[in-house]
Amino acid sequence: MSGFRCQGRGGPQAAGLIGQTPDTCSMIINIQKFVENGKPAWEELEALLARRERGPEKRLSLEEIRRFHYLYDRVSSDLAKVATFASEKETRRYLETLVARAYGQIHEIRETPHRFRPARWFFVVFPRTFRRHLRAFALASAVTAAGCLFGAAAMALDPDSKDVLLPSADHIMRDPADRVADEERVLTDRLNGRKTQGAAFYMTHNSRVAVATLALGVTWGIGTLVALFANGVMVGAITLDYARAGQTDFLVGWLLPHGSVEIPAILLAGQAGFVLASALIGWGRNISLRARMRQVSRDLVTLIFGVVVLLVWAGIVEAYLSQYHKPAIPYSLKIVFGCVELALVIVFLAWSGRLAGRSARLVGEVTTPPANPGAPP
Amino acid sequence: MKHAQKTLTVRTPEGISFPLPIATPISRFLALAVDLAVIYGAMTMLTVVLALFGLISTDLAGAFWLLASFLLALGYPIVMEWFWRGQTLGKRLLRLQVMDEQGLRLQFSQIVIRNLLRAVDGLPLFYLFGGVSAFLSMRGQRLGDLAANTIVVFHPKIPELDFDEIRPAKYNSFRDHPHLVARLRQGVTPAETGIILQALLRRDRIAPEARPALFVRLRAHLERKVRFPPEVVEGLSDEQYVRNALDALLK
Repeated sequence: MSGFRCQGRGGPQAAGLIGQTPDTCSMIINIQKFVENGKPAWEELEALLARRERGPEKRLSLEEIRRFHYLYDRVSSDLAKVATFASEKETRRYLETLVARAYGQIHEIRETPHRFRPARWFFVVFPRTFRRHLRAFALASAVTAAGCLFGAAAMALDPDSKDVLLPSADHIMRDPADRVADEERVLTDRLNGRKTQGAAFYMTHNSRVAVATLALGVTWGIGTLVALFANGVMVGAITLDYARAGQTDFLVGWLLPHGSVEIPAILLAGQAGFVLASALIGWGRNISLRARMRQVSRDLVTLIFGVVVLLVWAGIVEAYLSQYHKPAIPYSLKIVFGCVELALVIVFLAWSGRLAGRSARLVGEVTTPPANPGAPP
Repeated sequence: MKHAQKTLTVRTPEGISFPLPIATPISRFLALAVDLAVIYGAMTMLTVVLALFGLISTDLAGAFWLLASFLLALGYPIVMEWFWRGQTLGKRLLRLQVMDEQGLRLQFSQIVIRNLLRAVDGLPLFYLFGGVSAFLSMRGQRLGDLAANTIVVFHPKIPELDFDEIRPAKYNSFRDHPHLVARLRQGVTPAETGIILQALLRRDRIAPEARPALFVRLRAHLERKVRFPPEVVEGLSDEQYVRNALDALLK
């Protein structure tokens, strides 16, 4: 091959002189010629890789795939040659980088990214991902419920524990009856000119909480468990505080419109945290940690982005509806609104995307040949 | 003491292997500092622009600021690593790149997970959890990298090979003695050739007072392998001798 020659140690002349055998052959490369000959193929592969990396969803034609494979083989072969020659660090590193990039493309067996369709993702992929990890959601719900019971019990047994159990916000720490009386006396729009800011604050704050709940799954789920339990403690303590003060209507009217979406969203974040923890622990799964993480990584991303979408809606409702009370908006109206939202969330998570999944399975049954054509169905 | 750099060697089914040098926690921390400075700079600019917008609506300006700061802090590394194939501005400046642990194509979900888990890596302060994890991990992975199956590699600067630097300035008299050239090739190992090549490539970066001593030593080393006739080497400086020898070795 041009640009590259293999001789007995010291070249044919030396081999003749001292009788070296061909298997002790040391590769000597004419670097300049080697680079000049290889460069067109290297640059072609580099350009092809850049195109692939810019638009991974674009499909290559059969001819392009063949060319890509040829170039990968060619550059790999050049790397093998240059790797035997210790002096050529620069060329070797360049070729290593090229081969590394091409290797990632050639040997990738995971699904190629396709064009993102937001509506399909939200109404089909997200709820189906949720249903695939129902046990993790059940665990998140159970932990939150346990936290609620603990918070309510602590408030019932020791009312002074309110300072410890609840965040130190003024409206929460006040006596519920006093707060309700003050809120119901207001006849003007006290949040005028602050509602959009409020919505943005609720969206971002709750999203941060959701991300932290998911991320804490990396502590084998202990952090997620603590976060969900603490969240439950607050909800339980506030509920008992207002119920004992006889302000249940106000409480439900205040929390339900946004809570019917926000609380399930936080539970979904907890679900994602437990899915992460389960993949890290890997009980009963005889595959490597790397393989387990590959299995769940897309689901985690789908869940957390779905949670953020839900929290955007919850933030809008919390700023524009939840903070207004009787007489501006009757409690009954707010409670009905919250109940409708909750029903929609349940229906969405339980049924959305089922039809798409069934159609896909039917298409699969028609188009996929049976694994063993001779076997009985 | 020289710190041994961690590397990950990927072996392809074609029998090719290539090492990926793992970035040190210190270089990663510096890249993070650059990225935080970029985010801070963008936020400062945004604050100025929104202050003007606030003259029209303080409510909208405030809301936009809250959303933008959230999206910048969380979205900047995700968007940059996705569009720049595993690099942010800080990583690009420090020649770092996020890669799949097996050398495969970096997936969007991997980028999102490793960045969302910064929430835990950053605990309790100044990335203590992430830093300790990166120090202890064989592949320098913080918790987010472990969960996302990613590594951060360092791409050392590769200078352009200047062939004129190593080419003999005039006629190479060594070539008139092919049997001695052959013996030279036999006696000089590839590693030694590499040292000679690097010495010539970097000659301008070597201190002028140290340069003659270096080429004297290289010449003496080569002369121990093969001795060319006196008339061939007569009048050749030590550096020219080394250039001729390298030319003979490489061609």
